[in-house]
Amino acid sequence: MRRVSLAVNGVRHELDLEPRELLVYVLRERLGLTGTNVGCDTSSCGACTVLLNGESVKSCTLLGVQADGTELTTIEGLADNGTLHPMQQAFHEQHGLQCGYCTPGMVLAAISLLAENPDPSEDEIRHGLEGNLCRCTGYQNIVKAVRAAAAVA
Amino acid sequence: MAVSEQQTYVGSPVARKEDPELLTGQARFIDDIVIAGMVWMAVVRSPYAHARILSVDLTAAREAEGVVAAFAGADLSDQWAGGLPCAWPVTEDIKLATHWPLAVDKARYAGDGVAVVIAESRALAKDAAELVHVEYEQLPAVSNVEAALGDDAPILHDELGTNHCYTWKLEAGESERLFAEAAVTVKERYYQNRLIPNAIEPRGVIVQPVPTQGEYTMWSATQIPHILRTTLTLVTGISEAKLRIIAPDVGGGFGSKLDVYAEEALCLALARKLGRPIKWIEERSEAYVATIHGRDVVQEIELAATADGTITAVRVRLTAAMGAYLQLVTPGIPILGAWLYGGCYAVQGYDFECVGVYTNTTPTDAYRGAGRPEATYAIERAVDALARKLEVDPVELRRKNFIREFPATIAAGLTIDSGDYEASLDKALAMVDYEGVRAEQAERRERGDRKQLGIGFSTYVEMCGLAPSRILGAIRYVAGGWDAATIRFLPTGTVQAIVGTSPHGQGHVTTFSQVVADRLGVPIEAVEVIHGDTMVSPLGMDTYGSRSLTVGGVSLWQAADKVVAKAKSIVAHQFEVDDADLREANGTFTLAGTDKTMTVAEAAFAAWTAHNLPDGMEPGLEATAVYDPANFSWPGGTHIAVVEVDTETGSVDIRRYVAVDDLGVVVNPMIVDGQVAGGIAQGVAQALFEEALYDDEANLLTSNMVTYMVPSAAELPKFEIDRTETRATDNPLGVKGVGETGTIASPPAVMNALADALSPFGVFDIAMPATPERVWRALEEAR
Amino acid sequence: MIPARFDYEVAESTQHALELLASREDAKLLAGGHSLIPAMKLRIARPELLVDIGRVSSLAYVRDSGESLAIGALTRHGTIAADAVVQEHCPIVSHAAGLIGDPQVRHCGTIGGSLAHGDPASDLPAVMLALDAELVIVGPGGERTVPAAEFFRGVFDTAVGPEELLTEIRVPKLGERGWSYLKFTRRAQDWATVGVAALVRRDNGGVGEARIALTNMGATPLRAAAAEQALVAGEDDPAAHMAEGTEPASDVSASAEFRSHLARVIGRRAIEEALSR
Repeated sequence: MRRVSLAVNGVRHELDLEPRELLVYVLRERLGLTGTNVGCDTSSCGACTVLLNGESVKSCTLLGVQADGTELTTIEGLADNGTLHPMQQAFHEQHGLQCGYCTPGMVLAAISLLAENPDPSEDEIRHGLEGNLCRCTGYQNIVKAVRAAAAVA
Repeated sequence: MAVSEQQTYVGSPVARKEDPELLTGQARFIDDIVIAGMVWMAVVRSPYAHARILSVDLTAAREAEGVVAAFAGADLSDQWAGGLPCAWPVTEDIKLATHWPLAVDKARYAGDGVAVVIAESRALAKDAAELVHVEYEQLPAVSNVEAALGDDAPILHDELGTNHCYTWKLEAGESERLFAEAAVTVKERYYQNRLIPNAIEPRGVIVQPVPTQGEYTMWSATQIPHILRTTLTLVTGISEAKLRIIAPDVGGGFGSKLDVYAEEALCLALARKLGRPIKWIEERSEAYVATIHGRDVVQEIELAATADGTITAVRVRLTAAMGAYLQLVTPGIPILGAWLYGGCYAVQGYDFECVGVYTNTTPTDAYRGAGRPEATYAIERAVDALARKLEVDPVELRRKNFIREFPATIAAGLTIDSGDYEASLDKALAMVDYEGVRAEQAERRERGDRKQLGIGFSTYVEMCGLAPSRILGAIRYVAGGWDAATIRFLPTGTVQAIVGTSPHGQGHVTTFSQVVADRLGVPIEAVEVIHGDTMVSPLGMDTYGSRSLTVGGVSLWQAADKVVAKAKSIVAHQFEVDDADLREANGTFTLAGTDKTMTVAEAAFAAWTAHNLPDGMEPGLEATAVYDPANFSWPGGTHIAVVEVDTETGSVDIRRYVAVDDLGVVVNPMIVDGQVAGGIAQGVAQALFEEALYDDEANLLTSNMVTYMVPSAAELPKFEIDRTETRATDNPLGVKGVGETGTIASPPAVMNALADALSPFGVFDIAMPATPERVWRALEEAR
Repeated sequence: MIPARFDYEVAESTQHALELLASREDAKLLAGGHSLIPAMKLRIARPELLVDIGRVSSLAYVRDSGESLAIGALTRHGTIAADAVVQEHCPIVSHAAGLIGDPQVRHCGTIGGSLAHGDPASDLPAVMLALDAELVIVGPGGERTVPAAEFFRGVFDTAVGPEELLTEIRVPKLGERGWSYLKFTRRAQDWATVGVAALVRRDNGGVGEARIALTNMGATPLRAAAAEQALVAGEDDPAAHMAEGTEPASDVSASAEFRSHLARVIGRRAIEEALSR
């Protein structure tokens, strides 16, 4: 067991972790933040995407112990007491989600994308989300949502 | 609401009521559910596609840290009242293989479960599963569906003595004579690539037993809680009354969660045996072998036509892979397309035959479209082949042969209620600028451009909205195709809409709310749609085959009708008039000739207080309706793909994709467009990206998401989506199914476009998926 | 999805990392973890000890050293892709770094981890080979510098020994040289089916020097020597020689034959692009 300190959605947690615990399971099972989903076991699908020090990462491909001392944002940390983050709002308005399983990772990947490129073209959005797989939407409305969010930002 | 006001919600792009939880991480998917005291199951799977199980040594696993129990298949034989069910034995003489939840004597595909370990955590169960030692005698295996019929093919099920599972036929209208008399015929052969569904949420199950009561609650990432309850009763012997199934938020299905899986039976039986809550969550690479696959069908199609291009008859021979066992509806999947090989064309002769075959592979079953993408692909590609042979424009050949009179009884024997194929074709042609594309294509051909352009058409009709129970019975499906809904007014005007369908991304809560709110004249916020729990909605047939609105939605409408009828009696009683004196629209009753009104919601309050009801009327305002559809639903339309092929690398890029669908009355255009786009993406994926490949020993080569090409946003184009509308005449809402149209229509559009682009090189067909290498090889061979 | 058990130590410095590596038979370095952790999740890799060098921040840098750039081994792909100094002086490296995996992978994966992993389908090795980069390795015996041509030894096999650590990558500035790195994949996030890195020095209307290296055309990145010579010799279609001397694998993404074909096609385009820059 190793003692680590994580700041998740602005709250600091001290945890004793087994080294093999993946960050996604630390978030889900230690902290009960089940909004971050697991969709694959090969770091392909991006459903587990969270922000680590503001940048998108796949939390299935980081050990919890590696995240010691970092600041993490999960999907639960975006809305402010019921007021959706502009990216969440854009996904809602543009119908950027169907089953919703890839959505938390997709939203966080999109937020990270806009942080690096505030006014992306459609092509840049599509490539900016190349690490996130969605099986429901055909990405059509996800791309629309990210453009809409960029427009209001 | 005033009587004069029209419906307000149906037809509007109402933002989804489902979204807030899903967008904020508050949804409850199967892996989010934690039960106090639960233990975890891990399944030990055969690494061999065909092997005799000589021994299973569980000693080390049982002694490992945290292990509660471990069992081999033989240890659990007393747990089963029956094997895993096949609900669609398509012929009388079908050869049904027994399918135990764990293999006992032989493993028949790589991934077949042979043992289970139960441990205190997910990690410890996985650790201990590695310690199970199974001794196998490896046997020859066959993964190719045609090879499996060969005389020297290894036999999967020794007791059957053959890999031939069934032969199913449908003949009508003198096809033999029409072929003999035909001026022109074409014969084409296609292979429907094997696909892995890849709902982004893997499967999972939790069973919580109440040992003293013999009661069990199962949460499963399933599309079919009701069917699951009935069938698991047959598998485990647990009374249906003691088994509650809950489908929590489910992360996509596409048919892959329309099944009764070994892990569901195992968790239930082991919860009974051990008296503890048990959880199993599938890993993605595990899903690639343990969750059903789709397609894997060899198709031969022949068309007969007159010299002027009138298609007179179609003849089809299918060889369809079942995989190693029959899952819930495995044998019926190719049959679901059996009526559609004539497409939307007025053929007279029809001759269809399908042979089902066991192979040492993961079982196939319903994957989005289920039989109908296969049919549409074959006819739409064959029509292009005929156009080439006749040297006519493929658009004009289609137009010439369209069914035009509705209702239309097709040669295969069913009746299409409504449609207008020419309207959607014309709209799509205008959107794509057909002449412009042909002009650019000609220029590129002229200058020998490295990148060639092609345009491809798919004018389709499909049958969904499963299904009229009598027809299902006639084709040997063991259940009905009805669905049920209950509308219940609460005293304060809130409406509970309890449905028997079970969504997993389709937006039922919003769509059904729109329907109910309009019919009852209540605000959409007042409607609470409840689904996915057999205790709350005991009647239902669940969600698959684009049936939820066309069947479930109609039952909801009819339940609302009943509520309105009762409310009318209450209002008439309160107004002291006859029912006939009241006019009703959108949930408001007006006394004829006056401005005196009362709403259904007000009547509901009166029904609750019961102070002043007609003599003998029961208090409360609620009604249940069960709707058995009179017909299938027949959406259709035109999809057009414009592709650019890099003739050097073989890469195919979709430049334009136009879809014009006739989906009848549209309740929520935003949701419908989302369904169409997602469906097209999966069809494009079949055409260009995805294929499950096996090696010579029937091991899955594309064994995870790195090697199996689920496309991302970067690989897919924007889709240009529009609609035409002919109202469905067989249901009161006028709606048609939408869940599968995109997946059904798109593969031939893309592949016809590719063939069009390559035709100057003498290349007219590429196998799906059209990988760069396949395109390159085809061009090399033609050069 | 869950790795087998292992021990875990955090290295506070390069020296500390070397001590930890030497302490156990089957110890592995963990940098960004984006090659190792996926393998551990599938239990293909089962190290006994992971030595996490992710906190040795002194190994994450880009320095202009006059003729060349020095890039610390722990510098992340995303950082390199966006680094103004790399973009100005060695854009082939920033460009290739921006093609690796997907944004999330680039936010975590490091240049040192990628190179030391020795995956023949990975993009940076061919770029380093074309550049004739130097790789600085420290070990119990001290520090040594290995040219890229000697660094890659086989599939998942490099000059970095089990008790050693790659610390720095030195890449020459391109100066006037034209460059290209083209990667062929079916999906954006995939490993390269084939990649071609090309550097050309134009000279009196011709090509004075050409350095071309190939991704995934063998167990290691390979120089396309025959194509280089043909290009300098002014042959009409030097890319026709692109696959000569290569031994590409056949796998689910492409046959060896198609890889050879792609090397020629992509190589032709890479030469064109390099000459145009």
